[in-house]
Amino acid sequence: MRTRVFVTLKPSVFDPQGTTVTDALHTLGYTSVKDVRQGKYFELDIDATSTDEARRLASEAADKLLANPVIESYRVEVDAR
Amino acid sequence: MKFAVVVFPGSNCDHDAYYAVNNVLGQDAEMVWHKDTSLGNADAVILPGGFAHGDYLRTGAIARFSPIMQAVKSFAAAGGPVLGICNGFQVLLEAGLLPGAMLRNRSLHFRCEHVHVRVEHTDTLFTTSCNVGQVLRIPIAHGEGNYYAEPDVIEQLERNRQIIFRYVTASGEVTDAANPNGSAHNIAGITNEARNVVGLMPHPERACELAVGSADGRVIFESVINGVGGHFSRTVPTTVATGSVVGVLEK
Repeated sequence: MRTRVFVTLKPSVFDPQGTTVTDALHTLGYTSVKDVRQGKYFELDIDATSTDEARRLASEAADKLLANPVIESYRVEVDAR
Repeated sequence: MKFAVVVFPGSNCDHDAYYAVNNVLGQDAEMVWHKDTSLGNADAVILPGGFAHGDYLRTGAIARFSPIMQAVKSFAAAGGPVLGICNGFQVLLEAGLLPGAMLRNRSLHFRCEHVHVRVEHTDTLFTTSCNVGQVLRIPIAHGEGNYYAEPDVIEQLERNRQIIFRYVTASGEVTDAANPNGSAHNIAGITNEARNVVGLMPHPERACELAVGSADGRVIFESVINGVGGHFSRTVPTTVATGSVVGVLEK
């Protein structure tokens, strides 16, 4: 079951990579882009019998490994069958 | 005194640490593979610098699940001296043995140079032979040394005197220009509440002989050798309470 985990830095955490990308976009003329936050995206192919189970497993994986709760938060999406 | 140097796949300062302890300081050092489950009869543990597990995902994120980390956690909980250098510091953060996390350097550049750090407190197992305010010239080499913790955690670190090393100028002043990576409060190294676990981004093991530019890092190792010596349990009770060594070791 295709499950997606989006990991992003918490709003309170400075993101030097995002800032650099913002500056680059401004240089290219995209001045309407006010801010960029860079994160990580994971696609998990999970052998699960329900979307709830896939979501639970993905959340557990994010809590344990994929995200560091000190600086990051995450969001899980599961493809509906 | 016997040091265990933990080797993760991707560690690259393990031999530097081994050399400093063994050849320069005349102690016993032993490499311990990350898949081992015992630290043997080590009196102190060093988590060396490098890129454990390639730093894939995040620095230290995968290393914290290495089998040896259970033994390191037990050793630390019993009051044993644990020193995390650079990537070893990052592993200690991910493992929850020290609070906070590392972000990319503010400049996004990998910084490899000598910096000055000031010793803030001498009542940790790795700073007893230092003087308060002593400035050490030690190299850094990292891309992710920008220490971060929530403001209330930083405040708690300040209040508990857990910030042990700060980036400063050569004359010992805390300035923004002296901060090579953007770390909160110019933090270069911290300790845990029991003051037996210390993590720092600079590399004291690369500053143990004048031939390599500085011998200022020796005092970190001398502290634990002089203070703890043969076996940690002789000087540190295994049920060390928060802050109980304060006053005994502070100069």
